Parts: sequence; structure tokens; C-alpha cells
Amino acid sequence: MAVAQTDVAEIPVQKSGGYWSGVARRLSRDPVTLGCAAILVALIGSAAFAPWLGLADPYTGSMVARLNPIGSEGHILGTDEQGRDMLARLIYGGRLTLFIGLVPVILAFFIGSFLGITAGYVGGLLNTIIMRTVDVFFAFPSVLLAIAISGALGAGIVNSLVSLTIVFIPPITRVAEAVTSGVRSLDYIDAARATGASALTVIRVHVIGNVLSPIFVYATSLTSVCMILAAGLSFLGIGVRPPEPEWGLMLNTLRSAIYVDPWLAALPGVMIFVTSLCLNLLSDGVRSAMNVRD
Amino acid sequence: MSATETLRPDSPAQILRVTGLQKHFPVRGGILGRQKARVQAVDGVSFAVEEGETLGIVGESGCGKSTTARLLVGLIDRDRGDVRFDGRTLGKDLTLRDLRRGMQMVFQDSYASLNPRLTIEESIAFGARIQGLSDPVGRARDLMDRVGLDPARFAQRYPHEVSGGQRQRINIARALAMSPKIVVLDEAVSALDKSVEAQVLNLLADLRAEFGLTYIFISHDLNVVRYISDRILVMYLGEVVELAPVDLIWSRQAHPYTRSLFSAMPSMDPDNRTEEPPLTGDPPNPINPPSGCRFHTRCKFAEAVCARDVPVMRDISGGQGHLAACHLHDTASGHSRAGEEGLT
Repeated sequence: MAVAQTDVAEIPVQKSGGYWSGVARRLSRDPVTLGCAAILVALIGSAAFAPWLGLADPYTGSMVARLNPIGSEGHILGTDEQGRDMLARLIYGGRLTLFIGLVPVILAFFIGSFLGITAGYVGGLLNTIIMRTVDVFFAFPSVLLAIAISGALGAGIVNSLVSLTIVFIPPITRVAEAVTSGVRSLDYIDAARATGASALTVIRVHVIGNVLSPIFVYATSLTSVCMILAAGLSFLGIGVRPPEPEWGLMLNTLRSAIYVDPWLAALPGVMIFVTSLCLNLLSDGVRSAMNVRD
Repeated sequence: MSATETLRPDSPAQILRVTGLQKHFPVRGGILGRQKARVQAVDGVSFAVEEGETLGIVGESGCGKSTTARLLVGLIDRDRGDVRFDGRTLGKDLTLRDLRRGMQMVFQDSYASLNPRLTIEESIAFGARIQGLSDPVGRARDLMDRVGLDPARFAQRYPHEVSGGQRQRINIARALAMSPKIVVLDEAVSALDKSVEAQVLNLLADLRAEFGLTYIFISHDLNVVRYISDRILVMYLGEVVELAPVDLIWSRQAHPYTRSLFSAMPSMDPDNRTEEPPLTGDPPNPINPPSGCRFHTRCKFAEAVCARDVPVMRDISGGQGHLAACHLHDTASGHSRAGEEGLT
């Protein structure tokens, strides 16, 4: 019976570290995700602080220094077809590209989550109305839809943002609806309803916390698609207009130089590729880190 | 089935009185989603529960036990029927919100019935907070203590960090946090290990005595129902077929369906094995239930009258509260063996 003498009070008070500290711990053990995050931080940081980096003016060209190759004196990454410094244009271009890549997804995340959670929780007729309307947008390929809306609204940054937001609302709504109707059928939602809580309270306390992380991870994976679409719009001339530096637009204007200096012409494409790859790997890493039961 | 025969006369002791409760789920199909058929999940269920009593509801899967529970708590809307709680009728002088404060539910799946993102303390305190009761967190901690979980060790844990038995204790505490008069336990101990099940059953019995609770205890396990219940209600295909005090039904099962349910229960004594063949076949489809007595397709006493006339609940014990809906117990029914002794 000596064992039974162990004082119960001596058992240390078990404190759970909480959900987010667990996520952070799992992320810290994932070098690929951390590497991608570092690259993205560097890209976003350099874009944000571009004016203070001592770069050349991205708008001033030189007729004598056109299409200098990578590694030329004074222009580490060469110059474009109007003799503007490529490094400066790539970094300044990151500002616009990342902005157009992120803002529509953030807007669509809020609007789509709202629509999807409402449809999934309320169900019935409202669900049918919202989801069938969303289905109409799925009839068009996203690229075509973005081009059509942008074309109708006219070129310009704001119009690109609007058209890309509209393109991304349907997929986010659909994911939000699927996740919410899954959670809606669980007993803890019934238990919460049985307390007499209003639908809004049940959604706020019991639904949102359990559906937002999968929706958020999905939305993160859309940012790379959005960047590519934005670049595509600029490439087609219905997004950002010259002389603004933007990766898609730069890819377009440099494409005629591809026979002169293919490496130089590919640089904006490389930026798009690296950024979207990092965003995808990061969202994969965050998704697995958010999985509680592993 | 006629509604009133199931009921004892209205008395002030009755805390809950359900009359003619009905729920048919639409089956939709086709492009336009038109209603093709109706699943008659609960069809005319009536019963009354007295304060402090435990009513056990038994029946095989799909007989409408859980639907009845959810209808009582108002988680699904009833098509028809009256629910009278504490002398007030739901929809008339009783709001759903008030009903929910007075009647709480414990679910079978202890994990799915707790929000994985809330700590145990938050889960228990939620209902009290919603109903505006004083000091929800203090209440939660008291109740955790009462159901045998040390608040200091468990309050800040998450549901996946505790065992199944502990989770079910949390669910019970959560239901009690609203100070309800009735707790509906829907297969609340069915998913637990036998030893844990016994602990939780004892806890439920203690809590009933301490808080003066009334239970509606739904289970498919007859032994568990016998242990905790005062009266047993047997359901088949959405209808009540028998309702009786535990002792009476244990010594004599009046309805052939109840009889086969009891004979399917394994005996602890190898010399006392049942000779009666168990009930065969699946229950009929509740979309298109059999005419007359719904059990006649599987009943060995079935005759033409059983397929034709719906039997009503009638007292077969001379006023001791043993009711059954079977033509065998109605000499006026036209069944050739009606009133014969020793059949059931």
C-alpha cells in the first residue's frame, strides 16, 4: 500500500500548451516550410522596403544600355528592353504583383467564408440558392472568367482586383460550405443548440474556430494561382499598364527579347515561379501543422 | 396508434407529457428535388414521465429512439404532437428556449459531442453563459468536481486529451450546467467499456438522487436499462408497442416483439439458454411500413387481423400500468388466439 501513499497533490497540474503553440512547435520541425517562409519574407520585405534599398530608379531607362546581360557593371541583373535596371524593376514589381496576388484572395476569403458558412449552417433553401449561384461561376474556367470580367470593366489595377476577387469567391465558398456542413452534423453543434444559444452564437463559438483553419489553408494555396492570373491579365494588357513594373507585364514586354537574351527574359517568370512554389509549399506545411491529432 | 391509451391520466406529478409525437422525414429525388416518399421515423408516440422517474426507451436500430430524443429537446422540428413540460405546452405557453433550459441531452459519441477547440471548462460553462446563469465558470468547476473530475487537473484540457469515460462525464456535467429538470440520455453509456459504463451508470444514479433529476434513458442494452429505469418503453418502427414498469415487463413481455428482444439477450447461465428462435430478418422499411400492426411481417402469431387493424395500447395488467399494443391481448380484436394464456 506504500504506493497508494503518494500524495495526489504532488501530481503536477497538467496545463495544455494550447492549440497554436502546438502548431508552432510542429512548424519549427519542418525545414522546407521554414525555408519557404524565409524566402517569402525576404521577397515581401524587399518589396515593402524597396525605396530604402538604394536601388536604381525602375522607371528611368537609357537608350544606350538596353538589354544588358545579367552581371553587367552597374546592373547586377542586367537591363530591360528600355535600358531600365532589372533588379530594381523586379523588386518594385514585387510590390504590385504581391499586392494583386494577395488582396483578391483576402477579400474572397472573407466573402466566400461568410457565404459558405451561412449556406452550410443554415442549409435548406438558402444553401441551394447560394451554392447554385456559385455553380454558375464554375461553368467558366477561372482564367477565362478573370479575362472576361477584366475585359468588361476595362484595364487597371482596381478592376483587376475586382475581377480576381470574383473569380476566387466561388471555390472558397464551396470549400467553406463543405467544411461547415461537415461540422454542422456533429453532436457538439446539437449540444450547443440545445442550450438555447442563437444560431449566431453557435456559429461564432463552435463553428468558426473549427472551419476557419481548413478554409484559410485552402485560400493560402490560391494566392499563387491569383498571382499567376494577375500576371496573365497584365501579360494580356488588361491588368497593370506600362510603365508600371509588374512581373506579368515585364514577362510580356521582354518576350520579344527572348532570342537576344533568354536568361534575362525569363527573370520575371522565375520570380513568379519561386513565389508561387513557396506559397504552395508553405500552405502544405501549415496544413499538416494544423492537424491536431497527429 | 391512438394517442391517449398510452397515457396515464394527467396528473401534477407528470413533468413531461408527450402526445401523438410525429416526425416524417421527406425523401427527395429527381432533378427538381421533389418529395418522393416519407420516412416515418416517429409516428404517433405518446408517453408521460413523472418527476424523479427514469423512463427507459428500448428498441432495435432505426426504430426512432434517437429521433424521439431529438424531437423532445427540439433539435429537430416535430410535424405533429404536443409536448407538455412542467404543466406548460411547447409552442403555446412554453418557448423552445425555456424548454431547453429545463431539458438537456447527453449524446452517445462523447468525442463528437465536445467542441475540439474549447477547453473542458469552456465547454461546460457555455450553456450556463448562454442562459445568463450566475458565475458560469464556478458552476463548471463545481460540476466537474461533482462528476469526479478534478478541476485543477482537467479544466484547461482539451477533449482529445482525456479518455472516453472522462469525456462522457464532461458531457453529463455540461448537461447539468443548465440545472435542467430532465436529462435525455441518448445511448449515453453504449460506447463505453463495461467497467467504465458501470461507473458512469452509478454516477448517473447518484446525480439523479442529488439533483432530483428525471431521466429519459435511451439504450439498446436491456440490462443497462433495467438497472437505471423505473419504467420501460419499447419502440418498433416509430411506434410504441409496450410500456410497463421494469418488474412487470421483466417477468412478462406482453408484445411478441418485446419478447423477442428479451430472448435475444444472452443469459449468464449456460443451462438457461433460450430455446426460442431469435427474431429473423431486418426491420421493414420505414418509408413504407406494414399495414395494421407494423410487426406482423415478423410475428409468429400474425393473422389476417394483424395486417388489417392497427392495435391500440391497452392496459393488460388490471391497472398496474402495463400497456401493450397487440391483438393477442384484445379479446374483441378477432384474433383467433386472443386472450389465450401463456402465449407471451
